Amino acid sequence: MAYIALATGFLLILIGLYGALTHSHILRMIVAFTVANTGVNLVLVGVGYMGGRTAPILDKAVEVSAAAQRIIDPLPQALVLTAIVIGLGVTALMLTYAYRLYVTRGTLDISRYTELKW
Amino acid sequence: MDLFIRDNLMLAMLLLLSLAMLVAAFMAIYSKRSLPIAMLAAGLVSLLASVQFLLLGAPDVAMTEAAIGSGLTTFLFFFILGRVRGGANRD
Amino acid sequence: MIKRFLVLLLVLSMGVMFSQLLVGYSPDRQLNATAHYYATQTASETGAANIVSAIIVTYRGLDTLGEVTVLFLAAAIVGMVLSAKQGGQSPTSASEAERQLPPYPPVGELLATGTQLLVPLILMFGAYVIVNGHLTPGGGFQGGAILASGMLLLLLSDPLRTIGHRLISVVESFSGLAFVLLGILGLLLAGGFLDNKILPLGTFGSLFSAGAIPVIYIFIGLKVGAEFSSMLLNLAKTEER
Repeated sequence: MAYIALATGFLLILIGLYGALTHSHILRMIVAFTVANTGVNLVLVGVGYMGGRTAPILDKAVEVSAAAQRIIDPLPQALVLTAIVIGLGVTALMLTYAYRLYVTRGTLDISRYTELKW
Repeated sequence: MDLFIRDNLMLAMLLLLSLAMLVAAFMAIYSKRSLPIAMLAAGLVSLLASVQFLLLGAPDVAMTEAAIGSGLTTFLFFFILGRVRGGANRD
Repeated sequence: MIKRFLVLLLVLSMGVMFSQLLVGYSPDRQLNATAHYYATQTASETGAANIVSAIIVTYRGLDTLGEVTVLFLAAAIVGMVLSAKQGGQSPTSASEAERQLPPYPPVGELLATGTQLLVPLILMFGAYVIVNGHLTPGGGFQGGAILASGMLLLLLSDPLRTIGHRLISVVESFSGLAFVLLGILGLLLAGGFLDNKILPLGTFGSLFSAGAIPVIYIFIGLKVGAEFSSMLLNLAKTEER
Protein backbone atom coordinates (compact mmCIF):
# COMPACT_ATOMS: atom_id res chain seq x y z
CA MET A 1 0.00 0.00 0.00
CA ALA A 2 2.85 2.30 0.76
CA TYR A 3 4.08 1.75 -2.79
CA ILE A 4 0.84 3.07 -4.26
CA ALA A 5 0.96 6.17 -2.10
CA LEU A 6 4.60 6.76 -2.93
CA ALA A 7 4.07 6.31 -6.66
CA THR A 8 1.07 8.65 -6.63
CA GLY A 9 3.02 11.23 -4.66
CA PHE A 10 5.98 11.08 -7.03
CA LEU A 11 3.71 11.38 -10.06
CA LEU A 12 1.93 14.37 -8.52
CA ILE A 13 5.28 16.03 -7.91
CA LEU A 14 6.29 15.48 -11.53
CA ILE A 15 2.95 16.71 -12.87
CA GLY A 16 3.10 19.78 -10.68
CA LEU A 17 6.70 20.50 -11.63
CA TYR A 18 5.94 20.18 -15.32
CA GLY A 19 2.94 22.48 -14.99
CA ALA A 20 4.81 25.08 -12.99
CA LEU A 21 7.63 25.19 -15.52
CA THR A 22 5.61 25.22 -18.73
CA HIS A 23 2.71 27.54 -17.97
CA SER A 24 3.10 31.24 -18.51
CA HIS A 25 0.09 32.32 -16.47
CA ILE A 26 1.08 33.02 -12.88
CA LEU A 27 -2.08 31.67 -11.27
CA ARG A 28 -1.72 28.43 -13.21
CA MET A 29 1.85 28.13 -11.99
CA ILE A 30 0.64 28.51 -8.40
CA VAL A 31 -2.06 25.87 -8.95
CA ALA A 32 0.62 23.50 -10.25
CA PHE A 33 2.74 24.29 -7.21
CA THR A 34 -0.05 23.28 -4.82
CA VAL A 35 -0.45 19.99 -6.70
CA ALA A 36 3.27 19.29 -6.25
CA ASN A 37 2.94 20.28 -2.59
CA THR A 38 0.21 17.69 -2.07
CA GLY A 39 2.44 15.13 -3.77
CA VAL A 40 5.31 15.80 -1.38
CA ASN A 41 3.00 15.41 1.61
CA LEU A 42 1.69 12.14 0.22
CA VAL A 43 5.23 10.78 -0.22
CA LEU A 44 6.14 11.67 3.36
CA VAL A 45 3.05 10.04 4.83
CA GLY A 46 3.55 7.02 2.58
CA VAL A 47 7.09 6.55 3.88
CA GLY A 48 5.77 6.48 7.44
CA TYR A 49 3.14 3.86 6.68
CA MET A 50 3.62 0.27 7.77
CA GLY A 51 1.32 -2.51 6.66
CA GLY A 52 -1.10 -3.96 9.19
CA ARG A 53 -0.64 -1.23 11.75
CA THR A 54 -2.94 1.54 12.88
CA ALA A 55 -2.95 5.26 13.60
CA PRO A 56 -0.70 6.53 16.44
CA ILE A 57 -3.51 7.21 18.89
CA LEU A 58 -3.63 5.29 22.14
CA ASP A 59 -7.07 4.14 23.28
CA LYS A 60 -8.86 0.93 24.09
CA ALA A 61 -8.03 -0.53 20.71
CA VAL A 62 -4.31 0.17 21.11
CA GLU A 63 -3.12 -0.31 24.67
CA VAL A 64 -0.01 1.48 25.80
CA SER A 65 1.85 -1.77 26.38
CA ALA A 66 1.22 -2.99 22.84
CA ALA A 67 1.71 0.37 21.21
CA ALA A 68 5.16 -0.32 19.81
CA GLN A 69 3.81 -3.29 17.85
CA ARG A 70 0.53 -1.72 16.76
CA ILE A 71 1.08 1.87 15.65
CA ILE A 72 2.80 3.42 12.65
CA ASP A 73 5.57 5.97 12.80
CA PRO A 74 4.08 9.21 14.20
CA LEU A 75 7.01 11.46 13.30
CA PRO A 76 6.35 11.89 9.53
CA GLN A 77 2.76 12.73 10.34
CA ALA A 78 3.80 15.53 12.69
CA LEU A 79 6.15 16.88 10.02
CA VAL A 80 3.50 16.73 7.30
CA LEU A 81 1.05 18.54 9.57
CA THR A 82 3.56 21.36 9.80
CA ALA A 83 4.20 21.24 6.06
CA ILE A 84 0.54 21.60 5.17
CA VAL A 85 0.07 24.66 7.37
CA ILE A 86 3.22 26.29 6.03
CA GLY A 87 2.09 25.36 2.52
CA LEU A 88 -1.02 27.47 2.92
CA GLY A 89 1.11 30.38 4.18
CA VAL A 90 3.39 30.10 1.16
CA THR A 91 0.46 29.83 -1.25
CA ALA A 92 -1.18 32.89 0.28
CA LEU A 93 2.07 34.79 -0.08
CA MET A 94 2.46 33.78 -3.73
CA LEU A 95 -1.12 34.75 -4.49
CA THR A 96 -0.64 38.09 -2.80
CA TYR A 97 2.41 38.83 -4.91
CA ALA A 98 0.52 37.71 -8.01
CA TYR A 99 -2.23 40.15 -7.17
CA ARG A 100 0.29 42.90 -6.59
CA LEU A 101 1.93 42.20 -9.94
CA TYR A 102 -1.46 42.33 -11.56
CA VAL A 103 -2.24 45.68 -9.94
CA THR A 104 1.02 47.25 -11.04
CA ARG A 105 1.29 45.73 -14.52
CA GLY A 106 -2.22 44.79 -15.51
CA THR A 107 -1.30 41.30 -16.65
CA LEU A 108 -0.55 37.91 -15.18
CA ASP A 109 1.23 36.52 -18.22
CA ILE A 110 4.91 36.13 -17.39
CA SER A 111 5.97 36.35 -21.03
CA ARG A 112 5.06 40.03 -20.77
CA TYR A 113 7.39 40.64 -17.87
CA THR A 114 10.45 41.40 -19.93
CA GLU A 115 12.62 43.55 -17.66
CA LEU A 116 15.02 40.78 -16.80
CA LYS A 117 15.05 39.22 -20.22
CA TRP A 118 18.20 39.15 -22.24
CA MET B 1 -9.97 -14.34 6.00
CA ASP B 2 -11.67 -11.19 7.25
CA LEU B 3 -8.35 -9.48 7.39
CA PHE B 4 -7.61 -10.58 3.85
CA ILE B 5 -10.83 -9.03 2.52
CA ARG B 6 -10.24 -5.86 4.48
CA ASP B 7 -6.72 -5.49 3.16
CA ASN B 8 -7.79 -6.04 -0.42
CA LEU B 9 -10.64 -3.60 -0.04
CA MET B 10 -8.29 -0.97 1.26
CA LEU B 11 -5.87 -1.67 -1.56
CA ALA B 12 -8.63 -1.26 -4.13
CA MET B 13 -9.80 1.98 -2.53
CA LEU B 14 -6.28 3.32 -2.45
CA LEU B 15 -5.75 2.45 -6.11
CA LEU B 16 -9.01 4.08 -7.10
CA LEU B 17 -8.20 7.20 -5.11
CA SER B 18 -4.76 7.39 -6.67
CA LEU B 19 -6.22 7.12 -10.13
CA ALA B 20 -8.79 9.80 -9.42
CA MET B 21 -6.09 12.03 -7.97
CA LEU B 22 -3.91 11.70 -11.04
CA VAL B 23 -6.86 12.47 -13.33
CA ALA B 24 -7.68 15.53 -11.23
CA ALA B 25 -4.04 16.62 -11.30
CA PHE B 26 -3.99 16.31 -15.09
CA MET B 27 -7.11 18.45 -15.20
CA ALA B 28 -5.47 20.99 -12.92
CA ILE B 29 -2.47 21.26 -15.21
CA TYR B 30 -3.77 20.62 -18.70
CA SER B 31 -7.19 22.26 -18.75
CA LYS B 32 -6.28 24.84 -21.35
CA ARG B 33 -9.58 26.62 -21.23
CA SER B 34 -10.78 27.52 -17.83
CA LEU B 35 -8.81 28.62 -14.82
CA PRO B 36 -11.65 27.98 -12.30
CA ILE B 37 -11.76 24.35 -13.37
CA ALA B 38 -8.01 24.04 -12.83
CA MET B 39 -8.37 25.51 -9.33
CA LEU B 40 -11.26 23.22 -8.46
CA ALA B 41 -9.29 20.24 -9.75
CA ALA B 42 -6.36 21.20 -7.51
CA GLY B 43 -8.80 21.35 -4.59
CA LEU B 44 -10.07 17.92 -5.59
CA VAL B 45 -6.52 16.55 -5.54
CA SER B 46 -6.20 17.80 -1.97
CA LEU B 47 -9.54 16.36 -0.94
CA LEU B 48 -8.73 12.93 -2.38
CA ALA B 49 -5.31 13.12 -0.75
CA SER B 50 -6.97 13.67 2.61
CA VAL B 51 -9.01 10.48 2.16
CA GLN B 52 -5.84 8.69 1.22
CA PHE B 53 -4.12 9.99 4.35
CA LEU B 54 -6.97 8.51 6.36
CA LEU B 55 -6.43 5.13 4.72
CA LEU B 56 -2.72 5.41 5.41
CA GLY B 57 -3.40 5.73 9.12
CA ALA B 58 -2.85 9.46 9.52
CA PRO B 59 -6.16 10.97 10.70
CA ASP B 60 -4.48 14.12 12.00
CA VAL B 61 -2.95 14.84 8.63
CA ALA B 62 -6.23 13.98 6.91
CA MET B 63 -8.10 16.57 8.98
CA THR B 64 -5.49 19.22 8.33
CA GLU B 65 -5.43 18.54 4.62
CA ALA B 66 -9.22 18.64 4.38
CA ALA B 67 -9.55 21.88 6.33
CA ILE B 68 -6.51 23.73 5.03
CA GLY B 69 -5.37 22.13 1.80
CA SER B 70 -8.70 21.70 0.11
CA GLY B 71 -10.80 24.27 1.95
CA LEU B 72 -8.90 27.45 2.61
CA THR B 73 -6.44 27.14 -0.30
CA THR B 74 -9.18 26.75 -2.90
CA PHE B 75 -10.99 29.68 -1.42
CA LEU B 76 -7.88 31.85 -1.52
CA PHE B 77 -7.44 31.00 -5.20
CA PHE B 78 -10.96 32.07 -6.02
CA PHE B 79 -10.55 35.22 -3.98
CA ILE B 80 -7.59 36.28 -6.07
CA LEU B 81 -9.27 35.09 -9.27
CA GLY B 82 -12.21 37.35 -8.52
CA ARG B 83 -9.84 40.26 -8.01
CA VAL B 84 -7.89 39.81 -11.25
CA ARG B 85 -10.87 38.89 -13.41
CA GLY B 86 -11.54 40.93 -16.48
CA GLY B 87 -8.01 42.15 -16.94
CA ALA B 88 -6.21 38.87 -17.37
CA ASN B 89 -5.42 38.85 -21.05
CA ARG B 90 -5.01 35.13 -21.30
CA ASP B 91 -7.03 33.17 -18.86
CA MET C 1 10.04 25.02 -28.00
CA ILE C 2 13.53 24.46 -26.66
CA LYS C 3 12.29 25.47 -23.25
CA ARG C 4 9.53 22.90 -23.32
CA PHE C 5 12.00 20.23 -24.40
CA LEU C 6 14.34 21.13 -21.54
CA VAL C 7 11.47 21.01 -19.06
CA LEU C 8 10.43 17.62 -20.36
CA LEU C 9 14.01 16.41 -20.03
CA LEU C 10 14.19 17.66 -16.44
CA VAL C 11 10.88 16.06 -15.53
CA LEU C 12 11.88 12.79 -17.15
CA SER C 13 15.22 12.64 -15.38
CA MET C 14 13.49 13.40 -12.09
CA GLY C 15 11.03 10.64 -12.92
CA VAL C 16 13.91 8.19 -13.39
CA MET C 17 15.33 9.31 -10.05
CA PHE C 18 12.00 8.85 -8.30
CA SER C 19 11.50 5.43 -9.86
CA GLN C 20 14.92 4.39 -8.54
CA LEU C 21 13.79 5.52 -5.10
CA LEU C 22 10.54 3.63 -5.45
CA VAL C 23 12.22 0.42 -6.59
CA GLY C 24 14.75 0.57 -3.80
CA TYR C 25 12.19 1.30 -1.11
CA SER C 26 11.27 -1.42 1.33
CA PRO C 27 8.88 -0.67 4.18
CA ASP C 28 10.19 -1.05 7.70
CA ARG C 29 9.00 -4.03 9.67
CA GLN C 30 9.78 -2.47 13.03
CA LEU C 31 9.51 1.06 14.34
CA ASN C 32 12.83 2.85 14.33
CA ALA C 33 14.39 3.89 17.62
CA THR C 34 12.84 7.35 17.77
CA ALA C 35 9.37 6.14 16.89
CA HIS C 36 9.71 3.28 19.35
CA TYR C 37 10.57 5.76 22.09
CA TYR C 38 7.55 7.89 21.22
CA ALA C 39 5.28 4.83 21.13
CA THR C 40 6.30 3.50 24.50
CA GLN C 41 7.07 6.64 26.49
CA THR C 42 4.47 9.19 25.33
CA ALA C 43 1.71 7.93 27.61
CA SER C 44 3.82 8.01 30.76
CA GLU C 45 5.81 11.14 29.93
CA THR C 46 3.15 13.45 28.58
CA GLY C 47 -0.16 11.71 29.33
CA ALA C 48 -1.47 12.44 25.84
CA ALA C 49 -3.37 9.73 23.97
CA ASN C 50 -2.71 11.25 20.56
CA ILE C 51 1.01 10.74 19.98
CA VAL C 52 1.10 13.17 17.05
CA SER C 53 -0.22 15.93 19.32
CA ALA C 54 2.35 15.06 21.96
CA ILE C 55 5.14 15.33 19.39
CA ILE C 56 3.88 18.62 17.99
CA VAL C 57 3.28 20.33 21.30
CA THR C 58 5.86 18.84 23.62
CA TYR C 59 8.65 16.83 22.04
CA ARG C 60 9.05 19.19 19.10
CA GLY C 61 7.34 22.20 20.59
CA LEU C 62 10.15 24.48 19.52
CA ASP C 63 9.52 23.54 15.88
CA THR C 64 5.89 24.43 16.35
CA LEU C 65 6.86 27.79 17.78
CA GLY C 66 8.97 28.36 14.68
CA GLU C 67 6.13 27.23 12.45
CA VAL C 68 3.69 29.63 14.07
CA THR C 69 6.29 32.37 13.63
CA VAL C 70 6.61 31.57 9.93
CA LEU C 71 2.85 31.69 9.60
CA PHE C 72 2.80 35.01 11.42
CA LEU C 73 5.43 36.36 9.06
CA ALA C 74 3.43 35.19 6.05
CA ALA C 75 0.29 36.88 7.38
CA ALA C 76 2.22 40.06 8.14
CA ILE C 77 3.77 40.18 4.66
CA VAL C 78 0.38 39.59 3.05
CA GLY C 79 -0.96 42.53 5.02
CA MET C 80 2.04 44.69 4.19
CA VAL C 81 2.09 43.95 0.46
CA LEU C 82 -1.63 44.51 0.13
CA SER C 83 -1.70 47.71 2.16
CA ALA C 84 1.25 49.16 0.22
CA LYS C 85 -1.11 49.38 -2.72
CA GLN C 86 -3.31 51.91 -0.99
CA GLY C 87 -0.28 53.82 0.22
CA GLY C 88 -0.65 56.53 -2.39
CA GLN C 89 -4.13 57.47 -1.40
CA SER C 90 -4.88 59.45 1.68
CA PRO C 91 -7.41 57.84 4.01
CA THR C 92 -10.09 60.44 3.33
CA SER C 93 -10.01 59.94 -0.42
CA ALA C 94 -10.11 56.20 0.10
CA SER C 95 -13.24 56.46 2.20
CA GLU C 96 -14.78 58.80 -0.37
CA ALA C 97 -14.03 56.33 -3.10
CA GLU C 98 -15.65 53.69 -0.98
CA ARG C 99 -18.78 55.77 -0.68
CA GLN C 100 -18.99 56.20 -4.39
CA LEU C 101 -18.61 52.52 -5.09
CA PRO C 102 -21.77 50.81 -6.21
CA PRO C 103 -23.23 48.89 -3.30
CA TYR C 104 -22.61 45.17 -3.14
CA PRO C 105 -25.32 43.04 -4.64
CA PRO C 106 -27.57 41.85 -1.85
CA VAL C 107 -26.53 38.59 -0.25
CA GLY C 108 -28.89 35.76 -1.02
CA GLU C 109 -31.41 34.59 1.53
CA LEU C 110 -29.81 31.17 1.63
CA LEU C 111 -26.36 32.49 2.46
CA ALA C 112 -27.65 34.96 5.07
CA THR C 113 -29.76 32.40 6.92
CA GLY C 114 -27.18 29.68 6.49
CA THR C 115 -24.53 31.90 7.99
CA GLN C 116 -26.61 32.70 11.05
CA LEU C 117 -27.28 29.04 11.54
CA LEU C 118 -23.90 27.61 10.73
CA VAL C 119 -21.33 30.04 12.13
CA PRO C 120 -21.98 29.26 15.82
CA LEU C 121 -21.89 25.54 15.03
CA ILE C 122 -18.65 25.87 13.06
CA LEU C 123 -17.03 27.88 15.83
CA MET C 124 -18.17 25.31 18.39
CA PHE C 125 -16.81 22.48 16.27
CA GLY C 126 -13.50 24.29 15.96
CA ALA C 127 -13.34 24.73 19.73
CA TYR C 128 -14.16 21.04 20.19
CA VAL C 129 -11.42 19.97 17.80
CA ILE C 130 -8.89 22.20 19.56
CA VAL C 131 -9.78 21.13 23.09
CA ASN C 132 -9.76 17.41 22.27
CA GLY C 133 -6.48 17.58 20.40
CA HIS C 134 -4.62 15.44 22.93
CA LEU C 135 -7.20 12.63 22.85
CA THR C 136 -8.52 12.35 19.30
CA PRO C 137 -7.30 13.39 15.87
CA GLY C 138 -7.30 17.14 15.67
CA GLY C 139 -5.77 19.96 17.58
CA GLY C 140 -4.72 23.54 17.29
CA PHE C 141 -3.92 23.70 13.60
CA GLN C 142 -7.02 21.90 12.39
CA GLY C 143 -9.26 23.71 14.85
CA GLY C 144 -7.69 27.04 13.96
CA ALA C 145 -8.41 26.42 10.29
CA ILE C 146 -12.01 25.53 11.15
CA LEU C 147 -12.36 28.76 13.15
CA ALA C 148 -10.96 30.68 10.19
CA SER C 149 -13.51 29.07 7.86
CA GLY C 150 -16.24 30.26 10.23
CA MET C 151 -14.83 33.77 9.86
CA LEU C 152 -14.78 33.22 6.11
CA LEU C 153 -18.50 32.50 6.08
CA LEU C 154 -19.13 35.70 8.03
CA LEU C 155 -17.02 37.57 5.52
CA LEU C 156 -18.92 36.12 2.56
CA SER C 157 -22.36 36.84 3.96
CA ASP C 158 -21.59 40.49 4.74
CA PRO C 159 -18.55 41.85 2.91
CA LEU C 160 -18.94 45.29 4.43
CA ARG C 161 -18.94 44.15 8.02
CA THR C 162 -15.67 45.04 9.65
CA ILE C 163 -15.04 42.00 11.77
CA GLY C 164 -12.84 43.73 14.30
CA HIS C 165 -9.43 43.67 12.70
CA ARG C 166 -8.22 45.01 16.00
CA LEU C 167 -9.78 42.16 17.93
CA ILE C 168 -8.10 39.63 15.65
CA SER C 169 -4.69 41.21 16.06
CA VAL C 170 -5.17 41.38 19.84
CA VAL C 171 -6.10 37.68 19.95
CA GLU C 172 -3.12 36.84 17.77
CA SER C 173 -0.58 38.77 19.82
CA PHE C 174 -2.01 37.60 23.12
CA SER C 175 -2.01 33.94 22.21
CA GLY C 176 1.48 34.16 20.76
CA LEU C 177 2.71 35.77 23.95
CA ALA C 178 0.91 33.18 26.08
CA PHE C 179 2.47 30.38 24.04
CA VAL C 180 5.97 31.67 24.71
CA LEU C 181 5.20 32.41 28.38
CA LEU C 182 3.95 28.85 28.87
CA GLY C 183 7.17 27.64 27.34
CA ILE C 184 9.23 29.74 29.74
CA LEU C 185 7.09 28.52 32.65
CA GLY C 186 8.06 25.02 31.61
CA LEU C 187 11.69 26.11 31.77
CA LEU C 188 11.22 27.43 35.31
CA LEU C 189 8.88 24.86 36.85
CA ALA C 190 9.53 21.65 34.91
CA GLY C 191 12.11 19.99 32.72
CA GLY C 192 12.60 22.48 29.92
CA PHE C 193 11.17 24.86 27.36
CA LEU C 194 7.53 23.97 26.58
CA ASP C 195 7.52 21.06 29.02
CA ASN C 196 3.92 20.12 29.66
CA LYS C 197 4.39 18.96 33.25
CA ILE C 198 3.75 22.42 34.70
CA LEU C 199 0.21 21.13 35.23
CA PRO C 200 -0.62 17.71 36.70
CA LEU C 201 -0.86 14.96 34.09
CA GLY C 202 -4.25 13.76 35.35
CA THR C 203 -5.83 10.45 34.43
CA PHE C 204 -4.83 9.14 31.04
CA GLY C 205 -7.53 9.61 28.44
CA SER C 206 -9.72 12.19 30.20
CA LEU C 207 -10.33 15.73 28.96
CA PHE C 208 -8.35 17.42 31.70
CA SER C 209 -5.16 15.47 31.32
CA ALA C 210 -1.81 15.61 29.57
CA GLY C 211 -0.61 18.56 31.60
CA ALA C 212 -0.31 21.77 29.63
CA ILE C 213 -0.87 20.23 26.18
CA PRO C 214 -4.54 21.30 25.90
CA VAL C 215 -3.71 24.80 27.17
CA ILE C 216 -0.85 25.24 24.73
CA TYR C 217 -2.96 23.81 21.93
CA ILE C 218 -5.75 26.29 22.70
CA PHE C 219 -3.32 29.15 22.25
CA ILE C 220 -1.89 27.61 19.07
CA GLY C 221 -5.42 27.22 17.73
CA LEU C 222 -6.35 30.80 18.54
CA LYS C 223 -3.15 32.08 16.96
CA VAL C 224 -3.49 30.00 13.80
CA GLY C 225 -7.16 30.94 13.47
CA ALA C 226 -6.36 34.61 13.95
CA GLU C 227 -3.55 34.49 11.41
CA PHE C 228 -5.65 32.81 8.73
CA SER C 229 -8.50 35.21 9.48
CA SER C 230 -6.27 38.24 9.15
CA MET C 231 -4.95 36.92 5.81
CA LEU C 232 -8.51 36.50 4.57
CA LEU C 233 -9.57 39.91 5.86
CA ASN C 234 -6.61 41.60 4.22
CA LEU C 235 -7.44 39.95 0.93
CA ALA C 236 -11.09 40.86 1.31
CA LYS C 237 -10.26 44.51 1.80
CA THR C 238 -8.73 44.75 -1.66
CA GLU C 239 -11.93 45.37 -3.54
CA GLU C 240 -11.99 45.97 -7.23
CA ARG C 241 -11.86 49.64 -7.92
